Amino acid sequence: MVDHARAAEREWARHTPAQRRGRAVGMLLAALVLAWAWRRVAATTNWAFVLDAGVQLQDMGLRMFPPDSPYLVQLTRPVIDTLHIATLGTVLGVLMAIPLAFLAAGTTTPSRRVLRPAALLVLVTSRSVNSIIWALILVVLIGPGLLAGIMAIALRSVGFVGKLVYEAIEEAPELPVTALHTTGAGRAHALAFGLIPHVQPVMAGVSVYRWEINIREATILGIVGAGGLGMALQSSIDALAWSRVSVILGVILATVVVAEWVSARVRSRLA
Amino acid sequence: MLAAFYGVVAAWTVDVDGARIAEGAARAADFFGGWLRPDFMTRWADIREGLVESVAMTVVATAAGFLLSVPFGLGASKNLAPGPIYAACRGALAVFRAFHEILVAILFVAMFGFGGFAGVMTLGVATVGFLGKLLAEAVEEIDPGPLDALTAAGATWACRIMYGVLPQVMPRILGLTLYRLDINFRESAIIGLVGAGGIGATLITAFARYEFESVSAILILIISMLFGAELLSSRLRRRLL
Repeated sequence: MVDHARAAEREWARHTPAQRRGRAVGMLLAALVLAWAWRRVAATTNWAFVLDAGVQLQDMGLRMFPPDSPYLVQLTRPVIDTLHIATLGTVLGVLMAIPLAFLAAGTTTPSRRVLRPAALLVLVTSRSVNSIIWALILVVLIGPGLLAGIMAIALRSVGFVGKLVYEAIEEAPELPVTALHTTGAGRAHALAFGLIPHVQPVMAGVSVYRWEINIREATILGIVGAGGLGMALQSSIDALAWSRVSVILGVILATVVVAEWVSARVRSRLA
Repeated sequence: MLAAFYGVVAAWTVDVDGARIAEGAARAADFFGGWLRPDFMTRWADIREGLVESVAMTVVATAAGFLLSVPFGLGASKNLAPGPIYAACRGALAVFRAFHEILVAILFVAMFGFGGFAGVMTLGVATVGFLGKLLAEAVEEIDPGPLDALTAAGATWACRIMYGVLPQVMPRILGLTLYRLDINFRESAIIGLVGAGGIGATLITAFARYEFESVSAILILIISMLFGAELLSSRLRRRLL
């Protein structure tokens, strides 16, 4: 006979005691790390500044309004520059990313020992360094201006596009390539007709998506001197011209929203 | 055809200054020379301070952002929140994501003063925007069965969320939080450029002083820490899921 009363008394638990202990230790560790981090931040904070943040915000708001709307006309060139930086940077980045992706993909790389790790390293490095740090480096090398911005965007995009494309290459079915090989097609033909058709939609989608991100990034690269809207922003902030800052922020927001809309439309067409 | 035309026109506006690039070549040699001789020692105290502050900022901002993203995310789910709350939360999340971190950091540095606190606020806002949106999307896709069962049994609202919704979305959200931890550390390296503390502040100082050996050392440290973080987070994620 099963003792039903006993069974009903037994409490149901999702985790075993060992699991519960493990979770408790994990939580405790996380709490300790958090407490340390908070103390570290709090120690270097000037609380007087934090407490009057509301006053500062109000003050800034008052300076920003009314926006200096005639200034809008002068922003035409920076907006066009920003679009150029993002677009040319994306194109350049994609052009560099595609050969790297084929070198990095396990299924297409000509050498697993040397070229594959090298290509992967290039892709990781490109992704680890933020485009604004790339811009900082490039402004030192080739001077402030559009070219530094374009190169910064391109160098950052390589890793992003390259990674997603090489993953797509590795996930593509092998059968079409094998089939072409059995019909006597050469390596180039097999890739062109067996693999590229599978990868192409991914390439197009990823490129458009990266373009959208790049528009967002191109609006701020100017802060370190790489051209576009950020340059106008930085000089307005330096001049304490807050009524212009609000105009620039509005234009940045509008640019980003339009880019997002365009990208969403293009991608839904592609899909 | 159009694309080629655009390329030509756009390239025309770039204004490549050959003389400036030639001038930069010498600097490039200097720069890459510095790059090849990373100097960890001379500025070690500053670099360590910057890195520790970056890590602290990242941890606080990710934790705070995660906690705040739960109410915002639940509020922005169509199947849980009534119309006005849904609209308000969606709107707030969109605003949090609209501006690049650098722009938010400029605003917060003006509000809270230089240093880590402004950085924490910047990263925290970005984290709420990111996790809140993804949480809302996950909640909208849950299996309604458990929720209906709880409602039928007369469970309170808190109980329904606790046992009907969160168990279905938490593994995914915790994984995304780890991913965001990674992003926040990356971002902490750049918001320092406008005064929001962390390793970015050290980096921009090294740049401004043309100490490329230190710049190289800092970038190497950032990249290797990100490598380590990626290994750690992929391992943690596997255990969580």
